[in-house]
Amino acid sequence: MRATPRLVDLPPGATATVQELAADPGLRQRLEALGLRPGQNVQVLRRGWWAGPLHVRVGMTELMLRRRDAARVSLAA
Amino acid sequence: MPNTGKSTLFNRLTGHHAQIGNWPGLTVELLQADLTIHERALHLIDLPGIYDLRGHSEDEAVVRRFLEGSAVDLVLVVLNASQLDRQLRLALQVQQLGLPAVVVLNMADEATRFGVSINAEALSSSLERPVLPLSAKYRQGIEALQNAILAELDRNAAQPAEAVTQLEEQLAAVDAGLDGAMAALVARSVHLPDTWRDRRTRQLDALLLHPLLGLPLFFLAMALMFQAIYAIGVPLQEGLASLLDQFSQAVLTPLLAPLPAWISGFLLEGLYQGLGTVMAFLPVIGLFFLAMGVVEDSGYLSRAAYLMDAFMERLGLDGRSFVLSLMGFGCNVPAILGTRVMRDRGLRLLSMLIIPFSLCSARLNVFLFMAAVFFPARLGGLVIFGLYLMSFLAALLTALLFRGRFPSNEPLVLELPPYRLPTAGQMFSRAWSEVKHFWLWSRRFIILGVVAVWLLNNLPAGVEPASSASLAGRLGTLMQPLLEPIGINPKLTVALLFGFIAKEIVLGGLAVIYGQADPTVLGQAMAADVRWPQALSFMVFTLLYTPCLSTVAVIRSESKRLGFTLLSVGWSLLLAWLVSFAVYQGITRLA
Ligand SMILES: Nc1nc2c(ncn2[C@@H]2O[C@H](COP(=O)(O)OP(=O)(O)O)[C@@H](O)[C@H]2O)c(=O)[nH]1
Repeated sequence: MRATPRLVDLPPGATATVQELAADPGLRQRLEALGLRPGQNVQVLRRGWWAGPLHVRVGMTELMLRRRDAARVSLAA
Repeated sequence: MPNTGKSTLFNRLTGHHAQIGNWPGLTVELLQADLTIHERALHLIDLPGIYDLRGHSEDEAVVRRFLEGSAVDLVLVVLNASQLDRQLRLALQVQQLGLPAVVVLNMADEATRFGVSINAEALSSSLERPVLPLSAKYRQGIEALQNAILAELDRNAAQPAEAVTQLEEQLAAVDAGLDGAMAALVARSVHLPDTWRDRRTRQLDALLLHPLLGLPLFFLAMALMFQAIYAIGVPLQEGLASLLDQFSQAVLTPLLAPLPAWISGFLLEGLYQGLGTVMAFLPVIGLFFLAMGVVEDSGYLSRAAYLMDAFMERLGLDGRSFVLSLMGFGCNVPAILGTRVMRDRGLRLLSMLIIPFSLCSARLNVFLFMAAVFFPARLGGLVIFGLYLMSFLAALLTALLFRGRFPSNEPLVLELPPYRLPTAGQMFSRAWSEVKHFWLWSRRFIILGVVAVWLLNNLPAGVEPASSASLAGRLGTLMQPLLEPIGINPKLTVALLFGFIAKEIVLGGLAVIYGQADPTVLGQAMAADVRWPQALSFMVFTLLYTPCLSTVAVIRSESKRLGFTLLSVGWSLLLAWLVSFAVYQGITRLA
């Protein structure tokens, strides 16, 4: 079992709060710039098939991000 | 901020008269324009869209260096009104630096539609700068903005403009409190809806991003689009071509008659026909850019990136590479320019390597003609379809072979904007400027190429044009050891040489070589000279080798590497030869 849940594990429709971004500076900034920063609520709208990207909503912004990148976003339990 | 409608607003304020200029100290080119508001002359510069003045991206560094290096009178901060929950950061940073500014909340129409309400006065008093909701696309609030710009300039007239000093230190000092300040500001002056942002977008996404239906729907839409472009564009192109031809016969030929034959021949058959071929092609290009603009502006293209990303990731590419390859089916050149959105060099180069395999409309022209000549109607469609398939496979194979050489690990995080209805005016003015750009830009190459081809065909002096004694004919014979195994005879060789310059000239070239201008007669002459396996091999080669000089030129200028450009050209020639060899030898052995 993982200690903290990650964005990549969130099922479609579920909402959670971002806890930490364990990403390199480039990705972290990109995520933060698009509003995905600690303390924000994030909802997974759908997950692409064949390990495809996630479609998520943060605030008023909708994003797609790869699972690899979503694995770097940890959520408050 | 990126994608907030900054370019749209820039055009609204300046009326499309912008020029690209080099700014001292910056390596990138910035768009700038003079404008007058109520008889006052101003100079507006379009800086790159950024999220955060402290960011590490190239664009963000450009903006920092600009602010440190130039004394500006006023900054326009353009934000997306419905996304203030994350975008106010930039306005707060500008406030922190003490820069005079007007904060524009663009896309106010969308904010209203999504149920976001904004207290602009409260924001304005917190930021100590005017805050104006407006809609650049629908031209609402532009007047008010112009007035606000003048009022702010007047108000600050007493203090001389200064460049920012110690920008990074100033921002670092407040960064810790910025999140809190932004949250507090949003809580005070912006009301966000608790429900979903946009029903229309949600419903469309449920269908268009459907795991099973999404991709088929997308390809269906694309097929229909290309069909429509072709159905409308080709008659236009033919009409224009025959108009130009009539003009040359009725006006230019008598006009140039007094000149020596070789001069008038050069001017007419070389220059005029070459330019005419490109010009006749402009309607198709215009339609293509129009259609692509609509797809892009509607927000569907970023959905395509979402749909295809899983597949592209396995090829060492990403969803954006797919979208760009798709644009390449119209014309490779803008698609290659489009790779600028990629930061990672490996990803960008690999994308540039596969885009030239997209079967662009110029090549389609050649294929449609040849398929009609060499195959019965029933088979012709199948041949064209097969070539499209081969175009996909060639890109796929190239990615698989070269992904090791151009590794990348660029994360892919893209905004999926709400669906938007493009406005006709915006689409047409954009397609128009793209076409103008294409024309000015390709003219250079085409003129040079056409001149070269004409000379090859007509030198040494007195030779029968394009005969085996001409330079072109000799070259064709010289290449026989290489091209005979793939069924390309000297005449076809010369046509392929033309095609290296641009596929638009291939048909015209064949017409010169076979001495037949009328398409039907030309077809008969070719069919008498060439058998269908040779024709098929010619088509395959045409599909796979270097699309045109313009493409080579952009690959060179965008990759900034000669070696890479040579690799791209060399690999496509090799692949073209190998596949043509397999096709030709396979068919002749079997038959
Ligand atoms: N609804 C709406 N859309 C807009 C408005 N201004 C621009 N857009 C659209 O937003 C998209 C991005 O615009 P663009 O000017 O390219 O943004 P930039 O990337 O910030 O320069 C385009 O599809 C525009 O048509 C506006 O006021 N309202």
